[in-house]
Amino acid sequence: MSISSRRPSIEVRRDSDGLVVTLGGDWDIHSGIASIAEVESQLTAAAAPSRIAYVADEIGSWDSALLTMLLRIAEAAKAQEVPEDRAGLPEGVRGMLELAEAVPEKGDIKTHEKKHVLFVTQVGLTTIDVTHSLTGMLDFVGEVTIALGKWVTGRASYRKADLWLAVQQAGVEAMPIVALVSFLMGVILAFVGAIQLQQFGAAIYVADLVGIAMVRDVSALMTGIVMAGRSGAAYAAEIGSMQVNEEVDALTTSGVSPIEFLVLPRVIALVCMMPLLTIYSDFVSILGGMFVGVTMLDQSFAAYALQTEGAVTLTHVIGGLVKGTTYGAIVAMAGCLRGLQSGRSSLAVGAAATSAVVTAIVLIIAAAGIFSVLSYVLGI
Amino acid sequence: MIAVRNVTMAYGDFVLMRDLDFEINKGEVFVIMGGSGCGKSTLLRHLIGLKEPAAGEIHFGDVNFTTADQRARDSILRRVGVLFQSGALYSSLTLAENIGLPLEEFVPELSKVEVRELASLKLALVGLAGFEDFYPSEISGGMRKRAGLARALALDPEILCIDEPSAGLDPISSKLLDELILELRDSLGTTVVIVTHELASIFDIATTSVFLDVTSRTMTAMGPPKDLRDHSPDPAVREFLNRGVLPPEVSA
Repeated sequence: MSISSRRPSIEVRRDSDGLVVTLGGDWDIHSGIASIAEVESQLTAAAAPSRIAYVADEIGSWDSALLTMLLRIAEAAKAQEVPEDRAGLPEGVRGMLELAEAVPEKGDIKTHEKKHVLFVTQVGLTTIDVTHSLTGMLDFVGEVTIALGKWVTGRASYRKADLWLAVQQAGVEAMPIVALVSFLMGVILAFVGAIQLQQFGAAIYVADLVGIAMVRDVSALMTGIVMAGRSGAAYAAEIGSMQVNEEVDALTTSGVSPIEFLVLPRVIALVCMMPLLTIYSDFVSILGGMFVGVTMLDQSFAAYALQTEGAVTLTHVIGGLVKGTTYGAIVAMAGCLRGLQSGRSSLAVGAAATSAVVTAIVLIIAAAGIFSVLSYVLGI
Repeated sequence: MIAVRNVTMAYGDFVLMRDLDFEINKGEVFVIMGGSGCGKSTLLRHLIGLKEPAAGEIHFGDVNFTTADQRARDSILRRVGVLFQSGALYSSLTLAENIGLPLEEFVPELSKVEVRELASLKLALVGLAGFEDFYPSEISGGMRKRAGLARALALDPEILCIDEPSAGLDPISSKLLDELILELRDSLGTTVVIVTHELASIFDIATTSVFLDVTSRTMTAMGPPKDLRDHSPDPAVREFLNRGVLPPEVSA
């Protein structure tokens, strides 16, 4: 706004022909949009004017503020069926108004009002949603299984480079974070155990506790959860943005199955890397326990290692690996499924990534529960 | 209004264009043209501060945009409206909210009702009256483009930058968009900078143009496109403007 700018003015008077609206000053959206109350009151007066004319000789600069005000008058005049004579307006203003009125307003204006839904209806709708989502998941698992079958027989269409890239991302690149989490888990378990076991002078059994708990369950579980946040979310976001860019459609129309091309390498990579990461996590978490044992509980390396070796059996290790592999499959499939189901906006991609992590973690915990019951029943 | 002074554009060591030197005057419809991949859109990104020139300066009026601090840049950019190639609407907001966002941000004097009215006005100008509450994902690509233009117009910009206005539009819509651009120029005195290689559009609306040549990596011609078509000393420019031996253009 320049210093010399004048306030916008609007004057209304009646003459023999009707209403004359005199406009002046500089119109700028920073000074708000002028009220048309006076024009409206004249329009709705007992003796309605026969037309509206404008005098705008005194007008300086103008922008959308003037146009919006004029459109307000136009609307009011239309409602009262009073014709407008815009000859007195500057040419540019007339041009813009014509442009704004050139395309009639869309008739069936959409509103985002929420309709009131009965509780029973809501329950029904949710049930249908859940059923759809479950069948969608089953469909997807089926398709991935078929694709795996094709892969085994060498008929799947995917790029080897993609597979190796996925292996690198889900393998080597995940090692630092898995190491950190595992080491700390080992330390935490050792501390929890030490407090209790020291009371009985049985602090050496910390090695058993850390070894068995980590190798049997916790390593696989923690690695699964780390990978859900790391790779699962990444898969959903990658495939989700491919949906946004219509890349998935392009694959489908060129006859390449998105399941084989996009999902398969990721699932195979994670399923292959998870057991390796689990073993790695086992090892690092035992080191974490050992760190506590040696530095806080006055145990020797050898004693701790021997104790661990005696406690952890091959069955524990294999059980942990089976769990880890299963969690890997869950994370990869949840990530890819949510990515493929993603909508076509940036918002939807975010939702897909969130949903991938939530789905993966919930399914991992559920699977862990099933594994626990199974191993109890089977006496493993 | 805008002066580009000896600008070199580069990605790392790769020099895209060198020695660009021209001026864009108030009220002009200025077209940046050239073959695919010559750096037209990159030049536009330089003009709106999304990329820094490797050498040279860009001036807006008296202000050196290249060396200006962030605050000075922001106040210049507030006078510039940009329409990106695909509209670049915020997908989580309705069209009215998309247009209202810059208004709420920079014109705090306005009430919610006024913001909405202004958004409706802008939508009406681009022929989308009544679409206020639609989300970008619910309308077609051409409509998204027009809505993007409505948002670019939100703050009544003095300069309007448009990247490929006709890409993805049918001939009639693209003609309407050209007419709209001319109307904005005539009514509001807006300066318009357009990146395009759509010849029909170039001849219809451009008052001045600059031709970026992909082989010599610099601007080889400047002037009204019709003059360049008939009288340019550079055969490459004449060929381009006459749909000559250059391969047919496909919008990126």
